[in-house]
This record gives sequence, structure tokens and C-alpha cells, in this order.
Amino acid sequence: MRVGVVTFPGSNSDVDALNALAVAGAEPVALWHESPDLGAVSAVILPGGFAYGDYIRAGVIARFSPVMRGVRDFAAAGGHVLGICNGFQVLAESGLVPGALLRNRSLRFVCRIVAIKPERLDSPFTRAASGSPIHIPIAHGEGCYYADEATLDALEANGRVLFRYVRDDGSPALDPDEPANPNGSLRAIAGVCNAAGNVAGLMPHPERMAEGILGSDEGMQLIRSLIESASEWDAAGRPAPGKADAAAAKTKVGPWAT
Amino acid sequence: MSEFRFAVNVLPKPGILDPQGRAVELRLPHLNVSSVSKVRVGRRAELTVTAGSETEARAVVDGLARELLSNPLIETYAIELLEGTSSAVSAEAPGR
Repeated sequence: MRVGVVTFPGSNSDVDALNALAVAGAEPVALWHESPDLGAVSAVILPGGFAYGDYIRAGVIARFSPVMRGVRDFAAAGGHVLGICNGFQVLAESGLVPGALLRNRSLRFVCRIVAIKPERLDSPFTRAASGSPIHIPIAHGEGCYYADEATLDALEANGRVLFRYVRDDGSPALDPDEPANPNGSLRAIAGVCNAAGNVAGLMPHPERMAEGILGSDEGMQLIRSLIESASEWDAAGRPAPGKADAAAAKTKVGPWAT
Repeated sequence: MSEFRFAVNVLPKPGILDPQGRAVELRLPHLNVSSVSKVRVGRRAELTVTAGSETEARAVVDGLARELLSNPLIETYAIELLEGTSSAVSAEAPGR
């Protein structure tokens, strides 16, 4: 199971992501931003960092890099793509997931462990999660999730909000000014996916809680989910998104069919 | 061909929280300024386009403003032709 991790100029969590994949038993493959060729990978991670210095807006210049042509084609073909932190910003600027990441409401760069909760456990990115809050770090200055009200309503109606920031009691931190919502994200959204369900982004860093020596391995729930989904996609003969949705719709009720 | 110099002014859309504008507003009392409100902070880019006409040049700037310099989900932009900065590019001076 080969999983690619893209290195942009300014990426800083690429090695963490490669390590997390190795810990999970996958074969990590380093991908370079100058080449649109992803090799024979079964999934792709866009890692955290400050691609191209985050100039103009975080993620926008990375959108126009050669590797993103390959990522766009891979996603259109049904491959699983996970954007973490800066990778989420790149996906949002590329239009591969909805919404935008604004400057944190506090105006501060925030670097600490937060609690997020998967909204559903039947998505390709949460299938190996326990369902309890997951404690993993954030480290970003622009993580305030924004989309207009109609888009937010549609995302919720279709189960496309994958993660929310939660309070100690596990309830969503819906007030953008409360401490459990670290950046002011609307509706406490920490992660979303595209309509087909095979591209997702989140601000917190699962790969930084990948093994005991790093403090915990809680983040591995998401890394393992990605690897499982990619294995299944491979085993099914790499179906296009529409076909995968149809297959999923037969076995479970979910928005992937819509 | 002529050179046209433009500015692109990008601002957060009305209604979108602008933390930078808010931070400026919150500091105004410390400057003893009470007459200023509704601060919005954006960015400005200036660039030169070589093109056959202003219309052609403006189309290039518009594309860049929409795709790169602004994010239409959260920002608006305005294009401004800077006065006195367009000039003919001589065909006999390829080194330019």
C-alpha cells in the first residue's frame, strides 16, 4: 500500500506524515511539488506547513503547482486525498473541498492540543475512528473555517462535515469565541469533505500523534482510516467516484450516493 | 504593444469577519481616535501588463485578480489603471 505525501517548498509536516504512514504499516512515498506524476500511489496526503510561504493567501500558490494537476486528476478518478492543516488550505483554495480558511478570530497563531469529534464513522476518513473525541494538535494562523450559510446548511444536510471542535463534554464548540473552538470556525467545523466523499481536509494534525513516543497515537485513527479506504479502493479495481458511491449506497444509507 | 500599469485592491467581503480590521478598531482608542469606524484591511498588488490594448490588458489582470490575488468566496477586488503609466513599447527595442 503506497501512500504519497507531497512536499511543497515550505511544507513542514511532510516527514511527520511519512512517519505516521510507516508506523501504520503503509509504504510512504515522498512526492515533489514540481512533478504532476504521483507514481503508483493508492492515496495522497497534502501535509501541513507554509507552502510557498503562504504568500497572498495560505494555499493559493500551491494550487498552481504541477503536483496539484496530478492530485486533481487522482481525486477525479476516485483516489483518496487527505489535506492536513496547510494541505486543507490548499484543497480549499483549489476548490477540491468547499469553503475557505480565514485568519484565526483571535488573530493569533494557535499551537496546542485540541479535541475534535468525528461526525460520522462511515466515511473513508473516519472508518477506523472510535467515535470518541480525538486529542491532536493544531498549529495554524489561518484555520477559521468559513462558508456561506447556504453552503454550511448543505454540508450538514449531506453529512459532509467530518470533524468538529468539541468541549470537554464532547459537545460541539459552536460559539466561535469559546476556548474549545480554537480559531473561530463557523459551526465548530474542523474538517469537511467533497461531494463524492473521497477528498477531505482538516486543520488539526493527526500525524503528530502517531505513536506513544510523540505523546499519544490518537491521530492514527485517521491515518488508518485513510489506508483502509485506499486498500479497499485498490481491491475494488480503483472505481471512479460515481461507481463507489453506488456500491456504498447498496450497503449503507449515506450521503455518498447523492 | 503598450505597457499598462494596474493596481488590484482586494478587500474582505462585506459581512465577513475581518480580524485585522477589528484589531485596528480595537486599538483606535489607544491612539485617542474616536471618529473612525468600519475598518477593513485588505491587500494591494501593482503590476505591469504588456498588451495591444487596455481592454486586453485589463482582461489579463481580471483573470489574475479572480484566480490568484483574491478568493471570490471571501474577498472582492477592484482594478484600477494607474495614471500616466501606460507607454508604447518600441518594436525596435527587443531588449526591453
